[in-house]
Parts: sequence; C-alpha cells; structure tokens
Amino acid sequence: MAGKITLSDLNKTLSEMNVQSLEGIKIEGDIEIELDAGAGGVGPLFAYYFGQEAAKIAMQLMNFAKAVGYPVETLMQPVAVASAIAPAPKELTAAAAEVPAFKVASALASAKFSVGTDKTWKTPIQEVTLGATKADGGSRGHVVKLGGERAMPFFPDAAMPHAPKITMDVFDMPIGMAKAVKMHYEDVINSPGEWAKKAVKKFGADMVTVHLISTDPLLKDTPAQEAVKTVEEVLQAVDVPICIGGSGNPNKDPIVLSKAAEVAQGERCLIASANLNMDWEKIGKACVDNGHVCLAWTQLEINSQKELNRKLMKVAGVPRESIVMDPTTAALAYGLDFAYSNMERIRLGALKGDEELTFPMSSGTTNAWGVREAWMVRSPNKDDSDWGDRMLRGPIWEILTGYSLAMAGVDIFMMMHPLAVAYVHEITQSLMGRIEAKSPDTSAWLKMGV
Amino acid sequence: MKETSPLNLYKQLPQTNCKKCGEETCMAFAAGLIARTRKVEDCTPLIEEKKYAKKLDTLKTIVAPELKMIYVGVGDKQVKIGGEDVMFRHQMTFFNKPPFAYDVTDAMEEAKLVERVKKITNWKKFYIGKWERVEMIAVRSVTDDPTKFAACVKKVMENSDFPLILCSFNPKVLKAGLDVAGKAKPLIYAANKDNWKEVAQLAFDFKVPVVLSVPFDLDGLKSMAVTFASMGLTDLVLDPGTAPNGKMLQQTLQNFINLRRAAVEEAQRDIAYPVMALPINAWLTTDDPVRAAYWESVLTAAFTIRGGAVMIKHSTEAHSMMPDMHLRFNIYTDPRKPVQVKPGLYKVGNPGPESPVFVTTNFALTYYTVESDIASNAIDAYILAINTDGIGVQASVAGGQLNPTKIKDAMNETGFDWKGQKYPALVLPGMAAKFSGELEDLFAGQAKIMVGPEDSGRIVGWMKDMWPPK
Repeated sequence: MAGKITLSDLNKTLSEMNVQSLEGIKIEGDIEIELDAGAGGVGPLFAYYFGQEAAKIAMQLMNFAKAVGYPVETLMQPVAVASAIAPAPKELTAAAAEVPAFKVASALASAKFSVGTDKTWKTPIQEVTLGATKADGGSRGHVVKLGGERAMPFFPDAAMPHAPKITMDVFDMPIGMAKAVKMHYEDVINSPGEWAKKAVKKFGADMVTVHLISTDPLLKDTPAQEAVKTVEEVLQAVDVPICIGGSGNPNKDPIVLSKAAEVAQGERCLIASANLNMDWEKIGKACVDNGHVCLAWTQLEINSQKELNRKLMKVAGVPRESIVMDPTTAALAYGLDFAYSNMERIRLGALKGDEELTFPMSSGTTNAWGVREAWMVRSPNKDDSDWGDRMLRGPIWEILTGYSLAMAGVDIFMMMHPLAVAYVHEITQSLMGRIEAKSPDTSAWLKMGV
Repeated sequence: MKETSPLNLYKQLPQTNCKKCGEETCMAFAAGLIARTRKVEDCTPLIEEKKYAKKLDTLKTIVAPELKMIYVGVGDKQVKIGGEDVMFRHQMTFFNKPPFAYDVTDAMEEAKLVERVKKITNWKKFYIGKWERVEMIAVRSVTDDPTKFAACVKKVMENSDFPLILCSFNPKVLKAGLDVAGKAKPLIYAANKDNWKEVAQLAFDFKVPVVLSVPFDLDGLKSMAVTFASMGLTDLVLDPGTAPNGKMLQQTLQNFINLRRAAVEEAQRDIAYPVMALPINAWLTTDDPVRAAYWESVLTAAFTIRGGAVMIKHSTEAHSMMPDMHLRFNIYTDPRKPVQVKPGLYKVGNPGPESPVFVTTNFALTYYTVESDIASNAIDAYILAINTDGIGVQASVAGGQLNPTKIKDAMNETGFDWKGQKYPALVLPGMAAKFSGELEDLFAGQAKIMVGPEDSGRIVGWMKDMWPPK
C-alpha cells in the first residue's frame, strides 16, 4: 500500500487547508463527517475545496479497500449516475480527472498453490483376482486383478494399482441387438467360441462374459446340464479369465450358475450373479466350492448391497477376496444419475471404512443400448433437433455410460461395441498417466482452423 | 456455504416469523437457506429495514457459495457460472450446470457463420419434461484483426441473444469486441502472463468478467487471481489448461480436482473461482472428425463430473450434443428431489376409441421409459401417470403409494370418457397385478382391468397377444 492514512492525518490535511469555511468540519472516530455550514450556508468556494479534498481522501480509502479485496468498482456505478444527473462544474471535473479511477498493478503477485489430500480415505478396496493360471490349478493364460484402490478414481491422492478392465459380452443364442452392434458379430452369432475369440483377438477384451440366456424358461429353457457346454466351449476357445452369466431368471439362475461353477472348477471365474431375490446362498456356496468369484448384484440401493455382501460372507461363507459388486448400471439418460451417485457413495463409504462395501465394482455398461437415443433412427419428438446418424450415436452412448461410471469407481465393465471398448480403455489408461503422447499447445484452439 | 445448522442462520434473521417469505417461521426459512432452496433476498424485512443491515451482511457472508458464482450475459439468457458447495453431487447437489459455449470464428464466411450461430441457438432436445439447450457462443479471433473480430461479434449478436465469450489474447482484438458487445456483459478470454495488464484494464473499463489463463502452473494461476483481486477485479474464471491427451491429460484432471477441493473443502477463497474446461482441444489431436467429436465428448464428461464450471466446445453433431447434454443433465440433476412428471393422462401417438390405457407412476424415469416403449413401437395409447411422489412401480406397490383407490381417483379426475371407447380397458403394470380384483370392483364394469407385462419393453409383444381384448 502506498501510504497509511489515519483519521488524525485527515484532520491535519483538512486543517492545513487555508480555507476559513472548513473550520466548521468535524471528523468523528467512526468516520462520520459533520458539516456546520453556519447561517451563511455552504459557499461555492467551500464546496470546491471540500469536494476536492474529500475525493482525494475517498480515493485513498478506496485504494485501501481494494487492497483488502473489496470490489470497490461496484460502488462506482451509482456515483457515475449521480454525476450524470447533476453535471459537475468544469474545473471540478478537471480536478477529478487527475485522480486515477483504476490502477493496474505494477507486477504480478507471487502466490503458491497447495492443497491437501482427503484424510478420511483410510481403507483400501479389497483386491480380487479373476482367472487362474496352470500354477493355480486353472488353464487361463493370465489373471486379471481388480480393486486395491486407496482413493477415488484418478484422484491425485493415491495412484490406482490396477486399471479398469473390460469384459465383452458373448451370448449362447442369437439375440436382438442394435444395428450398430450387430454388424460386428453377425459372423459369430451362432458360435459362442468364435464370438469369444473375436472379442479377445480382434477387439482386445481383457475378459469375456458368456451369458447363458437360452436357459430362460421364456426363451429356450435350455437345461443347465446342456447350457454349461457353452462354458466349456468358451474356456477352450480363449485363455482369458471369463465371467459366466445366467438369464436373469431368479428360479433358474441358481441351478444354471451352480452347474456352470462346477464345470469351470478351478478357473476362478466371475459368476454373475447372486441377487437378494433368488437363492443367493446356493450361488455363493457354488463359488466357494469351486473356487470362483461371486458377483453380488443389487438394484441401485446401497443398503441392499451391504445386506447381500454381508449375507454372502456370513451365511454362504464367500471370502472377502471373492466378492465383486454390481450395484446396477442405469444408463446415460435412463437414470445414470442414480447409478452414478449410488456407486460414488458406495466407493466413498468403502474408503472411509465401511467394510461391507470395500469390494470392486462391475458395470453392465451394455445397458446403454437400451436407451432409445442410442439406437432409434430418429426422434419420436417432432420438435427435437435432428438426431443425426444412429450408427455414431450408439457407440458414444456406451462410452459415456461406462466412462462416467469409471469416475464413480467401477473396476470392470461388461461391454459390447468394439469402438466403445477401445475408447473406455484409452481414456481410463490416459487418466492413469499410462499413455505417452505429445500434448499440443493448449492455447492453439484459439486460432485453430476447423 | 460451510454452515450446516439452520440455528446459526436463524440468529441473523429478524426472528419475527412475519411469513412474508412464505415460510411459517424464520427457522423454516433458515432451513431453506441451508438447502439453498431459498435466497437471502426472499427475506424482505432483512433487506429493507436499516436496523438489520449488520445481520444482512453477516448472513450474506455465511451463505455465499464456497466456489464464487459469477454472471455472464444480461436478461433472461444470463448464465451463472460456479457457485458450487460440494465435491460430490450426493453431498447436496451441484447447482449451476456448466454452460456449453460452442465456437464460431472471425474467419468464417458470413453465410456459414450465420448458419452455425442459428444452429447453436436453436438446437434443442426434449428430455424428462424439459428442453435441453445450448447456453453460450464463444467467438474466436482467428484473424487477429480487431475490425474483423468486431464485425463477427456484431453478426453473432444480430443472430443470437446468447451470452458470449470473446476469445483472443490480443487486447486490441478484445477491445474491438467489447466495443460491440460490452453492454451485454460477455466473458472475455483471456488474460495471460503477457497481456494481463491490458486485459485487466479492459475488464475494469467494460465491467465484464474475465478468464485468467495460466496453463499447467497453479502457482502462476493463483498469483494472477490474487493480483486481479487486489485491483478489485473478482469476477474471474480460471483456465488451468486443458490438455486433450497423454500424461498432461491426467495432470489436467488432477488440477481440476485440486482446484475444486481447495475451493469447497479447504475454503481457499483467493483461488475459489469457477474453472473453465476446453474440450474443444480434442480437435488439436486428430483430423478424423468422428474421433475428434468422440474424444471431445469424453473430455466433456470428465470435466462435467469433476469441476468444470464452463466449457468451450466445437462439435455440433447430434452424436456429440445429445450425449453431452444428457450427461450434464444427469450429473446436475438435484439428487435431493425425486424426478417426477405431472400426474395425469398422457397421449402417445394418436390414441382413439380402440386404444388401451396403460397405468404407470409419475416417476419420470418410469414414465418416460413406458412412453418410449410405446412410442418407439408406433403404438397409439394413453398413459395414466399416478402421483406416487416420484417412486417407481415396484417400490410404490410395496410402499402403498400406488393402490387401487388412487388409480380409480386419478382416472376420475381426468374426466376420461370410457363410453367412447370401443374396448374400455385399463392396463395395470405387471408388478401391480395384485390390484386387479379390487380395481374390477371399483370400476364396476365401467372398464375392464387387464394385467400388462412386468417390463414395459414387452408391451409390444403384449399388444400382439392381448389387444384388442377378447
């Protein structure tokens, strides 16, 4: 600051003014200025000198106010308006112009930025291994590890030990698919083994999920004994760890998944899934007996998730390192806000020490294709702007559904479209600092030609 | 606002329970302030009566958002930027969705410019009862020519009433833009280490908010923010740099997280300004327009979720705007309020005497899913949305918010003419099948009660098998 100003200075300044009329001014301790104009009223000379002096004092006070960060300029507006109503005499305007209205700082301040980490994140997420190699009694070429995080995803607090993984869907019978998805699988749609190979070799899937949907009594009602042959077929076709899914029928799934767990014994598959509305105990025990990992599926409700996890551990005896959670993926535009916050709450709760929630999470990202914006040719709403090309809309729908849930804490994604798989992989790897690329000048967009 | 107890706000209120704000008590108003559903200005005695001046000041300080809120533009298109209080949306809610500013340049031919401005301004999409729209236009100076820039800004303003971001590092160019648009309170981009003195003067002269651009140097960014504040310029937006790829992208996200954390968790007021993200930078990494658009969406998602308060974007293709708008909508939906539609009878397609009436709840997601399942299969039907306080079918059947009496009353309220129907029939959701007997009695032959599928996705099949009723 350019110089201190005190009330006595003000008084002194004023008393030094050799102007008779100023004698009637008193300045009190709380900066109230009283005018004792006397019987003769305020003369023009008095007004001029007083006005000039008051303006100088005001500027000093304003500079002081600015220095402490007060937005003085917001007060200037009414003053300007007032002067417009009653124009000041010429000589007064000239005097005011001598006082700078705004002073640009002479140099940049020198400040340091620092910020802490979240000290409430004390508990790491359970690490879970999927797949078993020969050394561990299985036949997989490698294993996949999930979990182990000590912070929210991609936060600076602690690096993620494992990148999010992607398991691609394979079905044991042809199913309805969006056109943009179907075109990638038409050649393998009748052969789960070939389908799995394509997912791994061509599309780079970390894992495949074989969905035994033909077991649904409303579809083919394939008996468990026969359905599990598809599991064997896929295990032979690829050597990545696999996930085995049922049809979602709560009566049939425990039977089908138990049988599947038996035929895949020792492979440490992810068994999808146990739900509170079915015989979860049977599925949990099948996982324990055959060395698999149990996927605990609940529907967007954190307390149900805790209950199911607890029951799987305490009743079915599933060990902590053999549980993955599926808290349900409501896709972009179809309730993503619920899925997102449910998962974020689960992960934050876990990091803060809720041991019933400290498990890796899975997302059924393929749900994105159920959203009409992902697959419909055009909008049913006449007033909508054009929906463009659905072949381009679909993949980005799956990408954003998956990626935003990666931000909430998902460790493994069940996905379908090869392009979506590639993008979710790339962005999550990028945010872990694993992709080397020269970044462009980040101001170049200003003059960019496109 | 860090305060969580209404009592501490109550102390700063008149405590007269005058009800002028519409609340029964000052304590209720205080609770509203905590939830940010009420504004201090709603308490008129506090504003108008001099004796409360001190309380008013104190209260305003307490309720100010942790992250400063700034206004860009004027009139009903004005946007709020920043003003956030939490790190994670479920901790309360995110308040001000980051405005999307799509770019135009002063190098565009006039016809193309006008076409793009109109596209940006008129774009809309219906979603959960609302129209999603763009909020801003960013005018970039590619030519670096003040005259061309001014002409471009003028042309944009002739064709759009959206708030603008004037983009150039050249103070002469910015001034030319401000001479045209200054009164409309645009945001200017940007002050950097070379031009900050001139840009500060412009921000003061034109009374406009300003972006401070100091890429990948948070010390430098904070230094500039402190310097601007010392000059009395506090309507600031921070640009900490948006790298679109590589390890710098990781750094970018971490900077956004750190800045948000400093503002809302550590109350570092001298850096607590809204942060600008530049998803447009995706276009610097590739010549493939689909790849660029996809990557721009990915960057948009990252910064929508973690701390972006305003964004400059480029792709106006449907495959960019639709997903980005929806993601922003979802993340900025207030999790404290169930998303609901207005209860009542809705028409899908062109329903007539041969159409069924489907019953569902007013939970917006349920309603729109059912609606979409019917509309997308070109079925003409009515949907009766019952007020279940925004709870879905399964839960409201279990919880009693959906029950036979309520369905009957809701149907009566619509004044629907059953007699005009060739097949008077009400179709229950499969999950409410147990109500069918009781409803048959309530409707007493006025309409047949049918049980629909458990999942509205199967309405198509159900129609083939069950409609018209035998």
